[in-house]
This record gives sequence, C-alpha cells and structure tokens, in this order.
Amino acid sequence: MPGADKETELSERIEAFLSELKRCGSGAGSLRGSAETARETTSLLRRITAQARWSNAGDLMEIIRKEGRRMTAGQPSETTVGNMVRRVLKIIREEYARSRGSTEEADQQESLHKLLTSGGSSEDNFRQHFTHLKANVIEAINELLTELEGTTDNISMQALEHIHSNEVIMTIGRSRTVEAFLKDAARKRKFHVIVAECAPFCQGHEMATSLSKEDIETTVIPDAAIFAVMSRVNKVIIGTQTVLANGGLRAVNGTHTLALAAKHHSTPLIVCAPMFKLSPQVSDTPFTRFSEILSKVNAHCPVFDYVPPELITLFISNIGGNAPSYIYRLMSELYHPEDHEL
Amino acid sequence: MGDRLTASTMLQNEGKELTKEEKQRLRKEKKQHKKNKKDDKGPPEKEKEKEKASVPAPSKPATQSPAHKAAPAPVHASESAAAAEKPAKSKAELRAERRARQDSERTSKQGKKEGGQQSASSKPKATPNELQPVVKRLPEHVQVDDPAALKKLAKKLERQQVPLRSDYGYKVSLFSHLHQYSRKSPPTLQISIPATVIHPSIVRLGLQYSQGIIAGSNARSVALLHTFKQVIQDYSTPPNEELSRDLVNKLSPYISFLSQCRPLSASMGNAIKYIKKEISNIPSQCKEEEAKGKLQACIDSYINEKIILASEAISKYAIEKISDGDVILVYGCSSLVNHILCKAFEKQRKFRVIVVDSRPRLEGREALRRLVKKGIRCTYVLISALSYILPEVSKVFLGAHALLANGYVMSRVGTSQIALVAKAYNVPVLVCCETYKFCERVQTDSFVSNELDDPDDLIVTRNGKSHLENWQTVKSLGLLNLVYDVTPPDFVDLVITDLGMIPCTSVPVVLRVKNVDQ
Repeated sequence: MPGADKETELSERIEAFLSELKRCGSGAGSLRGSAETARETTSLLRRITAQARWSNAGDLMEIIRKEGRRMTAGQPSETTVGNMVRRVLKIIREEYARSRGSTEEADQQESLHKLLTSGGSSEDNFRQHFTHLKANVIEAINELLTELEGTTDNISMQALEHIHSNEVIMTIGRSRTVEAFLKDAARKRKFHVIVAECAPFCQGHEMATSLSKEDIETTVIPDAAIFAVMSRVNKVIIGTQTVLANGGLRAVNGTHTLALAAKHHSTPLIVCAPMFKLSPQVSDTPFTRFSEILSKVNAHCPVFDYVPPELITLFISNIGGNAPSYIYRLMSELYHPEDHEL
Repeated sequence: MGDRLTASTMLQNEGKELTKEEKQRLRKEKKQHKKNKKDDKGPPEKEKEKEKASVPAPSKPATQSPAHKAAPAPVHASESAAAAEKPAKSKAELRAERRARQDSERTSKQGKKEGGQQSASSKPKATPNELQPVVKRLPEHVQVDDPAALKKLAKKLERQQVPLRSDYGYKVSLFSHLHQYSRKSPPTLQISIPATVIHPSIVRLGLQYSQGIIAGSNARSVALLHTFKQVIQDYSTPPNEELSRDLVNKLSPYISFLSQCRPLSASMGNAIKYIKKEISNIPSQCKEEEAKGKLQACIDSYINEKIILASEAISKYAIEKISDGDVILVYGCSSLVNHILCKAFEKQRKFRVIVVDSRPRLEGREALRRLVKKGIRCTYVLISALSYILPEVSKVFLGAHALLANGYVMSRVGTSQIALVAKAYNVPVLVCCETYKFCERVQTDSFVSNELDDPDDLIVTRNGKSHLENWQTVKSLGLLNLVYDVTPPDFVDLVITDLGMIPCTSVPVVLRVKNVDQ
C-alpha cells in the first residue's frame, strides 16, 4: 500500500538522520555546522508533515513532538534540532489560529488582562479539522527554510558596520558565521585577526588557514596567551553553539576565560549567532567527555563553557543587533511557552 | 709612488707625537672615509687594509697602539685616492678641511661620550640611600627591530668568536622587537670541534637550553652555576694577568653564547652578577688555587642558600596555608610548588591537586607524573577548562619566573589567565618565589620584553590532518608562541618568599634590603 511504503520510507529517513546526529556528536568538533543541521531538521519535519497520517493539528503536533523528543535525545548537545522542532510547532499553532480566524497577536502575548478574562482559550486542544492546514503549514515551513538559508548572509552584511580599519580582532575556535562575517569585512577593510586555537581539538587552526587564504593578517595563539595579548585587542568576535534564554551563551570551552579577559580590559565582546541557535533553556550543566583515564588521575575535558550575559556586549543575528537583555523578548516571538518542554 | 712614501713618513712621524685625542680623531677620520668611499672600487689591497684596521678599532684602549700603527696607512691610502679623484683641490687644503670638520665633530661627540661614561661609572658607586640614575642600557634581546643595535651585536659576537643565530619564520608585527629562533637550527652548528674559544661544557649547556632539555628557572640557574664551577676549575691565569680581571673577561663570550642559545632568565642574570662580583673581589695577592677554591665555595653556598634552603623555608610558610580538605590548583611545572606539595603530603595534610596544563609545552604532564608518584590524588585539565573546574578549587598556588619591581609577576604564559579567572571566582591566589628571582625591571604588559619560542611547536596533527603544516607558505599567517606573561598585582593575594609572606607590592622593599646587605 502506498501509505505504508511512505511511512516506512519516512521512518527510514528519520532513523538515518538520528544515526547521523549520533555519529557527528562523537567525533571531534562538529563535522557539519549547525546551519546544516537546522536545515536538515526542518526538511525532515516538512516531510513528516507531508507524509505522516494526521487529521487535525493536535495529532500533527503530537507526532512532531514525539519525533522531536527522539531526535534531541540522540544528541542532547545539538540544540538546533530542538529549536527547529519548537519553531515548527509554533508555526502549526499560528496556522491553526489563522484558520480559525482569531488574530495571532492576542494569542501570543500573555498579559494580566488575558489571565483574568479569557483563561480558557489557551486550553484549545487543536482538534478542529481544516482542509488547507497541511498546505499552509508546509508553505510556512518553506518560508522558514528560506530564512535559514539566508542567515549567514544576513549576518555578514552587517560586518562593515562593526569593523573599522586597522583593528585587531580576536576570536576563538572555529565558527562558520564568524568566518563569513570577517571575510565580508575584509573585502573592504584591512584588519588583523588573532585566533585562539582552542585545545584539545584545535579548531582554531582551520579557522586561521581559511582566513589567511583571503589575505587577512592572521595570528594563531595558544589558549594560554589569551590574557597576555588581550591588551592589544580592539574587539572580540565569537560564535556560539547556543544562545540561552537569559542572554548567556553555551559556547566552546575557553570562551568564559576569553570573556573575562575582555571584561577586564573593557573590550567589547560581540557574539555572531543566527536566530535558530536561540534556545529556551536557562542555565547549564556542562557537557563533559572523559578521555584517557590513567589509573590514579581523573582527566576532564569539557566541551562547552557557560558565559553569563553580563560579560556580553552585543548579539549580531540575522535580524540585526541586540543587547543580551533583549533576548528573552525575541524568544517569546519565536517559540510558544508551552513548547519549551518538548 | 714617491709621493706616497714621503706622505707616509710624514704621517708616521706625526704618529709618534699623537696624543690620545689625535688618535681618536684619526679613528673617526677613517670611519668617515669608509662612509664616503663606499662606492669607490679601490684596489683590493686598500680594502684589506681597511678591514684589518676596522676589526681592532672598537677594542679596548690597551690594544690601541698597534691599531693606530695600521690606521695611518689606510688613511693615507684613501687620501691618495681622494687626491687622485679631485685634482682641483690640493692635498693640504683637503687635509685642513677634514681636520676642521673632525674637530667640531670630536668636541660634540666627546661631550656625549664623557656623559655616558660618567653615568655608567656612577651606578655602582651610588649608595642605596640615593635615588639611582635611570641611565640603564637597554638589553639587546629587545632591540631586534633596530638595525644599529643588531650591527653592534654582530660586531661584538664576531670579536668574541661566538656564532650569531639568525631569526626564523614570519614574526608577528607586535613582536618584531624580539628574537624568534627555531629549535632545528641550534647555534652549536657553526662551532668548530673541538671548541677552542668556548669551553665545551658551556657548549653543552647552551645546546641543552636551546633544545629545551633544561627548562625552568631554578634548573637553568643551577645548571649554569655548576657549569661555571667547571669552567673555573679548568681555568688557568695567563701570565701578566690578574685572575680577578681576566676571568671576568673570559666569562663574557660564554655568556654571549648562552644568551644566543636562549635569552637569559632573571634568575640567571642575578646569579651571573653575583659571580662577577665575587670574582672581582678576589684580592690580587691571592694564589690561583686558593682563589679558585674560594670561588667554588662561593658558588656552592649561593646554590645552597638561595635555592635549596630558600625552598625549605618557603615550604614551611606555605604548609601553614594548606589545610585538610583543600583542593589546590597548580599550573604547569614549577619545581618550587611541586616541592611544597610533596612536603605538605609528607606532613600528612589531606588535600587533592588539580593540575592545569597548556599547549604547546604541556609541562603539566611532568608535574602530574611527579605528584602521582608521590601518591597525591590529582586531576588533569587543559587551561581552556579553567572555568569548568574553578568552582571546586579552594586555593591556587603559582610559581614565578621573576618578580618585577612594580609588583608584577612574570611567569609562564597562562599564569595571568589563571589569576584572572580565580579572582572572578574569589579563589585566593598565592605566588611562591625565592628572593634571588627578584629583579629591578618594571613592566606593565607582556609585549615589551618577552621570549618567542619556536613557532613550529604550535603545529599539531588531529585526525591525520595538520592544518598549519605549510604556514610559512601562506603570506598573511603568523604563529605566536609566547613563553612568558606578566600578572598584575591586584590578581595576586600573597607572595611567599624565603623572607616571609609579603604582598606583591613589597617587592621593591625587599630589593632595597638586599642591596644594602650586599
């Protein structure tokens, strides 16, 4: 039966995606950037919407939530997967509300007035059936995909507003967003980049070679020299793995030290992160891997660092520049509060 | 031809009557001629004569007389060339012009020279109660971007017959004033075997320094002192020379050679100053064997007092600061801190240690090995995991390479980072340092005076790929491998020395006390 074939094909794709996620996680660093992960997650969710069997919005949300839980369990450190799932859930809610005819604004904002008067509308269990819901949802997901494809370009376009000539910029590890950002600025301005190599995986080396190929003056320093050279740095520009709800970061290890050194010298710390990295989690348990345990020694190798929001000066995302104190507001526009827990 | 003979005899007669001032003037004349006649393609004999004269020119006054016998000859030779080129002016007129020019130059230069000589001699005479004049010569190893300083160094090394080591690789522009050597080309490559000018144990020591076999401030100083003992043992005073002066002169090329292998550390500098002082204080009527024995005993007592006993005293103070249940963080491999921890463990204190390490030296592994062998419970992290591990830590113990007079701590690169993050987490930072490492320099950042290690050390292979392998071919890529950095005193809570526990800002007080003692 064609339906069953589609279903098996679908579950095969989901399995393949999950195993790819797990495999990527166990390697050193990310074999593919988070932008690719976000795109693949979204296309997979679109496929699920198109091919799975569901009759109303509630069913669809249940299916997506279930798949989302499986995907995030496969690789908990890759938060973009969960973020995309939450975005799609929000899209479904919006399309449902639009089909029902009520405005989106009233549903989104939680105000004191709403708490006192309505009370009941948020308990809507999405059981009404709409014929065009599927098409609308798929169209909205396509828009989301277009937005994802343009994020890096949107961020790079803002580069010239933030980098002047003869600056010394410091960065750590390897971030494709920051790489594109700096390369875009280098087309018109001359500046110097210092890259901290970020042991033990040393992704900084790759970043340095790729920047120097574009004729940008690059210097590689070991992590221990970050504070020593910080006094000559004009700006620190970093990427991150996740932006947390309180405006803090979960970034590659060594970033907290970099942020503290920048604060000590009053050097601005700029984070280039597209919106799909924004995650509703608040604080952090460090993600650790144990490597070679000698008989009497414990060795720790944390992969990520938590950077509190007071050390960050600016977030540059595809929708413009924002202060860390504004992040919570952006979050409420992207995700519905009920989806914070998948 | 005949012209030449008469003129040369005239000049030689003049030579017998030449006063010291005239000799200086002649030297300057010669230099002026060399500059003016740079493009003059004279016959090779003239150039050979000029070279012979120029090499002994910057030497000491004792050897002036033979030099000046040679000086009139090339002066005359260039004079004749001048005469040949400008037949319009007569020789006498030219000479008069030159003399007038040299006179004016001489008066201005002598004024400067005497001023310099005065300040150099006034330094050791000034008592510690007066403010010392600040005319200190800038050390050579931070003047790499000044071609005049480089030329002076090259000449000095040539005179001492010490090979000059050339820089390697592209230097980051912020550090163009420092040397950057490669470990693959040690300075011993150019020395002939058997080494005649430089004592073989010094050659061995220099090689050990440049390859990193002996590393660490205490280890380098002790090795240096032992080698000097060997040198003094093998030394024999040449006839008509005094041991106190000749031995110091013998040591200078050795010290130049060692600083070519690896720039001297502050502790080594202080040790060398001490030895030179001891040598020059040997009374002239002392017999050679007795003098040598005395010097060796001095060196032994220096090592014993300043290093071994000092570390015992520091351990005693530091152990008071370690309590049961402590989690102590250490960075890299400091012999003093390791000693303290081992002593504390022997005294049955219950604590555990977190060893922080950093690329590319990875010295923490050596510290880890020593501590684990003793039986201490250890954890090992890289410096990028510092913020992860610091919430568990109760104290930070750091070693130092030198303590500067403005209270800054100069130590292995990464120390300032540890102090910074520890301060942010409110963890006390204790620096352990012997007093012989205190130094009169002042410095506020890690750029003006530092050491650049071999940049190839940063290359690493991960997953079978090494991205930086061909970094030399890429024009805009530079690798920076710093060795030291300075920690501001507000990050350091306490300095434990053999004189007691002092705050960072009391370092100049200790220096003054030490100067009075000596």
